[in-house]
Amino acid sequence: MNSALFIAQRMTAVILAFAVAIHLVTIIYAAQHGLTAGHILQRTHGNLAFLALYSTFVIAAAIHGPIGLRNILREWLGWWGHRIDASLFAFALMLLALGLRAAYGVFVA
Amino acid sequence: MTGTELTVRIWRGQEDGEFQTYRLATRAAQTVLDVVTEIQRGQEPDLAYRYACRVGMCGSCAMTVNGAPRWTCRTRVSAVARKGILKLQPLRNLPVVKDLVVDMTTFFVKWQKAKGVFEPGSVPLADFAIVKPNSAERRAVDAGVECIGCGICYSACDVVAWDRDYLGPAALNRAWTLVNDVRDRGQTERLAAVAAVGGCHSCHTHMSCTRLCPKNLAPTYAIGGLKRASARAALKVTT
Repeated sequence: MNSALFIAQRMTAVILAFAVAIHLVTIIYAAQHGLTAGHILQRTHGNLAFLALYSTFVIAAAIHGPIGLRNILREWLGWWGHRIDASLFAFALMLLALGLRAAYGVFVA
Repeated sequence: MTGTELTVRIWRGQEDGEFQTYRLATRAAQTVLDVVTEIQRGQEPDLAYRYACRVGMCGSCAMTVNGAPRWTCRTRVSAVARKGILKLQPLRNLPVVKDLVVDMTTFFVKWQKAKGVFEPGSVPLADFAIVKPNSAERRAVDAGVECIGCGICYSACDVVAWDRDYLGPAALNRAWTLVNDVRDRGQTERLAAVAAVGGCHSCHTHMSCTRLCPKNLAPTYAIGGLKRASARAALKVTT
């Protein structure tokens, strides 16, 4: 792993630490207060703060995850090279597209 | 413990081989190296092992003792024997030459790859470098400079075991002492070398090297320093 990937992984880890904590607290709050899907969508509809938070979450996860996966593939399976990097870049784009689509979907629902 | 029987199981052969069992009497203040020497002189003349100084300076007598790499000249039998049994193997992560002797070539080649040699530059400094003893750089050098190149950290490291390109704790520790050497003129190349594939960023901070280093050095912290220094260098290049 070169320094650029190291920095990217550490910086996104900082973002994820906050984002995951907020995400978990939100889940626990929703479960404890018996919120239905309808109630949740009412709160998220048109909520720019929600959209900003979850978009940041998705972007950080799409960067952080594939870098870690790259290390695992290299260390445990010995897979490395441009082909693996291209595959992981495609995987990152897929995470980004699916994640942003989901966040936007909940925002406009 | 003196006078009781010690059972010693020693690896014989190369990568393929088997343990052979020897028995001898324990002695007061006996080291593991004493045991190996007594067996070679009295029972097994063709037993191969390596040592030189016998006083913890040269780093040549390291081997795996009851599962952990140790310098055998400074390791008392009484501290490591379990129920009167010693199991001796060559160091892990290096090719076995014969019995307890490993080929250290890869270990030292990686020191070179990590740019673990002083680079004076093409033009000598005009004057002596002033290095204050209590400066942060000098203290960082002091913390890692007493490495004796025994290979114990390299043998203890799991990342070395699963990543053949990983430079290992000793080479990176040496690089860190040179990163903090204000006289050195090869920092750009060194930071690029330690940040490449198999460099400092591959360390998982297991700290086996730091736990087992016989000189009580902390290569894990040296590697942490390299991570920060190489990251700072990368940010400077891109900004």
